[in-house]
Amino acid sequence: MVELGVELAGVRLSKPLILASGIVGVSAATLKRAAKGGAGAVTMKSIGPEPRSGHPNPTVLEWECGLVNAVGLSNPGMEEGAKDLAAAVKMVKAPVIGSFFAKDVAGFGDVAAKLAEAKPAMLEANLSCPNTMRESGVPFAYEPEHAAEAVKAVKGRVSGIPLIAKLSPNTHLLKEVAKAVEAAGADVINMGNTLGPGMIINLEARKPVLANKAGGVSGPAIRPIAVRCVWDVYEAVKIPVIGTGGVCSGRDALEMMMAGATAVGIGSAVAGGGFKVFGKISKEMEEWMGKNGFSSAKELIGIAHR
Amino acid sequence: MRMAKILEVREENPRIKTLILELGMKAVPGQFAMVWVPGMNEKPFSLSGCVEGKAWVTVAKVGAFSERLHQMKAGEQVGIRGPFGNGFKMKGEKVAVVGGGCGSAPLGFLVDELRKAGKKVDFVVGAKTKGELFFVERARNAGAEVVVCTDDGSDGRKGFTTDALAELLGKEKLDCVYTCGPEMMMKKVVGICGEKGVECQASLERFMKCGFGVCGQCAIDGMLVCRDGPVFDGKKIAKMKEFGSLRRDACGKEMRS
Ligand SMILES: Cc1cc2nc3c(=O)[nH]c(=O)nc-3n(C[C@H](O)[C@H](O)[C@H](O)COP(=O)(O)OP(=O)(O)OC[C@H]3O[C@@H](n4cnc5c(N)ncnc54)[C@H](O)[C@@H]3O)c2cc1C
Ligand SMILES: Cc1cc2nc3c(=O)[nH]c(=O)nc-3n(C[C@H](O)[C@H](O)[C@H](O)COP(=O)(O)O)c2cc1C
Repeated sequence: MVELGVELAGVRLSKPLILASGIVGVSAATLKRAAKGGAGAVTMKSIGPEPRSGHPNPTVLEWECGLVNAVGLSNPGMEEGAKDLAAAVKMVKAPVIGSFFAKDVAGFGDVAAKLAEAKPAMLEANLSCPNTMRESGVPFAYEPEHAAEAVKAVKGRVSGIPLIAKLSPNTHLLKEVAKAVEAAGADVINMGNTLGPGMIINLEARKPVLANKAGGVSGPAIRPIAVRCVWDVYEAVKIPVIGTGGVCSGRDALEMMMAGATAVGIGSAVAGGGFKVFGKISKEMEEWMGKNGFSSAKELIGIAHR
Repeated sequence: MRMAKILEVREENPRIKTLILELGMKAVPGQFAMVWVPGMNEKPFSLSGCVEGKAWVTVAKVGAFSERLHQMKAGEQVGIRGPFGNGFKMKGEKVAVVGGGCGSAPLGFLVDELRKAGKKVDFVVGAKTKGELFFVERARNAGAEVVVCTDDGSDGRKGFTTDALAELLGKEKLDCVYTCGPEMMMKKVVGICGEKGVECQASLERFMKCGFGVCGQCAIDGMLVCRDGPVFDGKKIAKMKEFGSLRRDACGKEMRS
């Protein structure tokens, strides 16, 4: 038997696969279904201080190698969001991660404090959404100081719940950002959010298709970049890393772990595989590990660096 | 996203128009498409027909987007993503189709296909008043037995489709009941069929964004209407706690009805 269980900042995951934020996770019941489908932990959609309806449609498009999305962080606001999160914590057996964002440092502290009342297993600061730049300036995760300030604001308000800092591949200062959030007290790094933004133009309409014109690129197209980012972050920090970006199969997940990920985020793959995709991926991981003489997933973490 | 030329615009009644698009695709009744007006928005609509390289959508004017679709003329283009979701499944030989309000949009297509497959079809169709009915002639031409119900008695019988359905089920044994319309009507249809032990399928609506099962916006009791539905089996629906009571808006905020 191979053991897939891992530990992230003291939280045990029965499988090293995490439902990524913004993917089907608008309600407790969908998160429960993802856990039943085999996710070791589930992340709720990012919650902000105020309700937002997000961008008009089209907001999510499929293309040959993945997705582009500009959902625009639609969410019911932190009062409702905390209720939804509490319901999820109650209903879902797997650890539930409460994701959140804000447009300023103080806001990060406020939303984190509100969501902490729901007692999620972990909190995840989304420092990296590329879709709302026009309103909130450059994402926090692009600059070491900005990222660190947001993490400090959260740490100043919430204790006792591990904090994940979700970073962006869209910075030339990635290692510096990773070190800065570690120094500011982040317990885990999620590497990371979508790449880009990108754009798709319809020839016949002669127009960008996303209503926001540009949107974050995810899915298989970004996997080699996500793997490299995980590699860099693993070298830069001691805290554990969640590798997210383009993982669709057991081999993809194992690659992320070899690059240094303790657990793997799964987003776009749910489009093709549905809720069952987690079970499929873990089965493929087990098969490969069995054939190749690994008894525990922990042995794989960062193995490509050695 | 594929752009499709509008070949024809049919006025079904003052509130409802059908756009017939030049678009080859394979779809079954109950499946839907996302209809895009560049620079404005993109929203879900059931296919109300899909034959011979043409796709139909039938649109009720309820807000800004549907109003824009009503202004469109033959020769103009809209974008289409889809078809998405699961359609109605053909079951048995003698069936009833129950439509209320603009819920009849996918049902005109369904009645056509059921008749083509040689089924005996009763089409129970309701609206507030005569002027809001549509697809009545289409269903008659397809060879369905049509029962018209209006709230004010201006056409057919005065009263609810659900009463007409209950009467029908009292008279004869049906193999399956198909429904689309206001949620409260569908809830009653599911209830009546449950009591009588008759199979039932209903097409549900929730606020949609992606259309293919990633954003989660259209969830109902953990099911995704876009991907697991929009057509669900009556037994499944009967177990849904949110059916007939709760939906989420564009923010994802819960609203009770
Ligand atoms: C699977 C499915 C099939 C549908 N089929 C048809 C059809 O065949 N004919 C038809 O006329 N209508 C259909 N609808 C409803 C149609 O999508 C809405 O009427 C339309 O989006 C209204 O947009 P609006 O801007 O005109 O009105 P708005 O003022 O924006 O909204 C009016 C109401 O429409 C609904 N609505 C708005 N946006 C959406 C959205 N993105 N997703 C779902 N509902 C929304 C809401 O209930 C809202 O209260 C269907 C909906 C779904 C989910
Ligand atoms: C439709 C969609 C919505 C998303 N919403 C969020 C969000 O609200 N918060 C967040 O931190 N990341 C969000 N993301 C990013 C994903 O969580 C993930 O980091 C990214 O898609 C890369 O992983 P993937 O290639 O497995 O999808 C979203 C992605 C998609 C495709």
